[in-house]
Amino acid sequence: MTTLLDVKNLTRSFGGLVAVNDVSFALAKGQITALIGPNGAGKTTCFNLVAGALKPTSGQVFFQGQSIEGAPPENVCRMGIARTFQIVRPMRDMSVLENAMVGAFSWTRNVSEARSTAYESLESVGLVGKANARTDQLTMSDRKMLEVAKALSTRPKLLLLDEVMAGLRPTEAVSVVQVLRKLAESGLTILLVEHVMRIVMEVASTVVVLHHGAKIAEGCPKDVVADPQVLESYLGAGFHA
Amino acid sequence: MLSLWLNVVASGILMGLVYGLVALGLTIIFGVMRVVNFAHGEMVVFGVYIGYWSVRMWEVPIIAAAALAAAVMFVFGYFLEKLIVKRFVNSPHHYQFIVFIGLSLLFSGILLVAFGPDPRPTASQLSFRTVSIGILTLDLARLQAAGVAGLLIVMLGAYLKYSSFGRSLRAAANNRLGGLIVGLIIPRIYAITFGIGAACAGVAGALISPLFDAQPYLAMDFTLLAFVTVIVGGLGSFGGALLGGLTIGVAEAVAALMFSPSMKTALPYALLIIILIFRPRGFFGVREV
Amino acid sequence: MSEKFNKAAETKRWIAGAIVFVILGLVGALSNSYIVSLMTIVLLFTFMGQSWNLMLGIGGQLSIGHALFVGLGAYSVGVLYLKYGISPWIGLLAGMVIAGSVGAVLAWLSFRFEVHGIYFALLTIAAAEFARIMFSGWEFVGAMQGLFFPAPTGEVDISMLRGGARFYYFVALALAAIGIAGTELISRSYLGYVWRAMRDDDEAARALGVRTFRHKILVISISAASAAAGGGILALVQGAIFPDSIMGMGISVDVLIGPVVGGLGTAFGPLVGSLAAIPLNHLMGALGDSLGIPGLNNIAYGVILISVVWFLPDGIWPAVVRGYAAIKGSLFARPLKLRKAEE
Repeated sequence: MTTLLDVKNLTRSFGGLVAVNDVSFALAKGQITALIGPNGAGKTTCFNLVAGALKPTSGQVFFQGQSIEGAPPENVCRMGIARTFQIVRPMRDMSVLENAMVGAFSWTRNVSEARSTAYESLESVGLVGKANARTDQLTMSDRKMLEVAKALSTRPKLLLLDEVMAGLRPTEAVSVVQVLRKLAESGLTILLVEHVMRIVMEVASTVVVLHHGAKIAEGCPKDVVADPQVLESYLGAGFHA
Repeated sequence: MLSLWLNVVASGILMGLVYGLVALGLTIIFGVMRVVNFAHGEMVVFGVYIGYWSVRMWEVPIIAAAALAAAVMFVFGYFLEKLIVKRFVNSPHHYQFIVFIGLSLLFSGILLVAFGPDPRPTASQLSFRTVSIGILTLDLARLQAAGVAGLLIVMLGAYLKYSSFGRSLRAAANNRLGGLIVGLIIPRIYAITFGIGAACAGVAGALISPLFDAQPYLAMDFTLLAFVTVIVGGLGSFGGALLGGLTIGVAEAVAALMFSPSMKTALPYALLIIILIFRPRGFFGVREV
Repeated sequence: MSEKFNKAAETKRWIAGAIVFVILGLVGALSNSYIVSLMTIVLLFTFMGQSWNLMLGIGGQLSIGHALFVGLGAYSVGVLYLKYGISPWIGLLAGMVIAGSVGAVLAWLSFRFEVHGIYFALLTIAAAEFARIMFSGWEFVGAMQGLFFPAPTGEVDISMLRGGARFYYFVALALAAIGIAGTELISRSYLGYVWRAMRDDDEAARALGVRTFRHKILVISISAASAAAGGGILALVQGAIFPDSIMGMGISVDVLIGPVVGGLGTAFGPLVGSLAAIPLNHLMGALGDSLGIPGLNNIAYGVILISVVWFLPDGIWPAVVRGYAAIKGSLFARPLKLRKAEE
């Protein structure tokens, strides 16, 4: 089991507030890992640190053995890590297909290659039928999937998904889960920041729990969910299983 | 030598107060509406023409002309906002910019048609008269302009800070959606704000009409001067507009002394470039555009 | 299937474009000298407008100081030719290199220090005005008196880019064609996609691997160099170079009015817009002169700009095309809209 991403002692403070506190974890290749924790736990900050949107105050991030902490987002992407945004960010004046093409230009300059890659990405997420649509014609669920398709076009080795389930109806969430499973089967490593526990249980093989910026648990979903510290962080002290 | 420098600096400070008033108008509009009034210079020039016209037609003192300019330009700004500007308040920035360029072209065209391109000097009772304070010899017209400008700045500041409307204005500037939710009448606030901004420009223009011949082509220089001032002080900051005005006024005066007078016009632009690059927030810059 | 569909559409667009240019060529050959002169200006501003269009419509960067680059191009040609007898071809090249570099430096400084959007636009104005004032006081380039080209003899000397009005018309026509074709080609290339992504959402584009810092500098640099080429020819056409006219705000407005009125981000927009706005401006100017009322052209420009942004923010050309498509309902009516290259 090879380690694709190695996060070591990652810390980020904003003035006096320590948002991410000495967090370490490793992602195994081909696995789906979920990063969970109550609101304000530092999940998104951690996510942004790995993706290059934020620079860490201290600590290191190794991707395939190379240190990447502090690298700008476009470089992080070119090294093989793609991310989605929690509040979706489609390119509004470009069609769905064009949106999906942009990512491909991180590894090719050939327009037809980018186009066929874009079609593949759209197919993986089930959006091929809407390839020529404008982004404002898409449903919320479609837009979330477009986010994923855009990221897939960059041919990433690691996919970071920021609350991709938020705002989806249960039926929509089910199809997203299927998409994620297929992606993982094809060898893609995925790190999810997620709130929806049911999804986490179904999809993730490993769960990392953050609370107040620090890691309080790590392991397979069943174990983590039973961990008293985890329960306390979500439900408050004094709760007994 | 010292007295020369002191006089130059003093003259710069006086002019700086007027620039501060102009900048205040611009920064209030930006602070509340997030709109960049690229036609601000034209509004100043409207004020200069009002000064010229009032003195020529009715031989009133400049202060009366300034009061007239305030009233006229407030109404002008108010209706301009209601009729045209409001449609673009939420447009992308480049559309706004282009609309305002269109407005500035329209206004300078109107001025050209109405008054022609030739400079019109305003003969004021104070023109060419000076007063001596110690080693300083101050232009009376300039002193009056600065005095009135300074007074208006203080009054406006007090109004914004202490009056209930002023509080609404600052609330609207701070959080438009929140303001709407708590019942602020944003459209009216925007119209009044624009009116105030235009009035500031107009009054400043009228006040300096004895010093500058009225001419449509002045407008661009004033617009850019206003922008430099506002950016130096910080877009959206009241105190910044004042401080920026003083800085630019003194810098301009000193530059005219140190370099040739034609360089004087280049200074604001050089300053703008430098400030934009090294400290776009200015002294007290509030928010990003 | 959609690939063949697109190919047919694309071929029809190139044919349409070719037809337009044949017509314009005939105009140049057959019209009287007044029309030829006017249309030369229209075509030059089509070309320069296209360069501005590239920067904003595709790259998303607003500049209101393009006069800086136009002026640098004009002065490069003027100084090299009039002071050293060097062919304007070299002058054009020099102008493009100088303007491209100045643009790149300005862009680098701005974006290095996070000066974007409106602030960047203000910076471009300040830079243009600063340059104008500097050139006004610089004896070497003629200061306020300017530079004058010798009157055209009517003989065509291609190596020195000299000729009569009709000669310059075709030069301008060639530039306009290059501008439109070039923009279309860039739009279809990987640069077009990457730049539009950068325009629409810089942060999201970076997350997809787009090195937006570099690309912004690149698009601004290319835009500046093209504007300079236009400026060089403009100088030759007008026969004289004054800092106040070639580097003044007026030129910056003339450059942007075509694309804004005609259609931002489209290939034919600047042509349509310049055709609509510039003759009108001249007409108003002439009217004003004859009536003794200056300023009519300012009013005309102002009203046009405001009206277009108000009623047809996309520009005239897309609206015309929509109307035509509604009537004809055929594929041929598709505009050369750079944004929808995939349809």
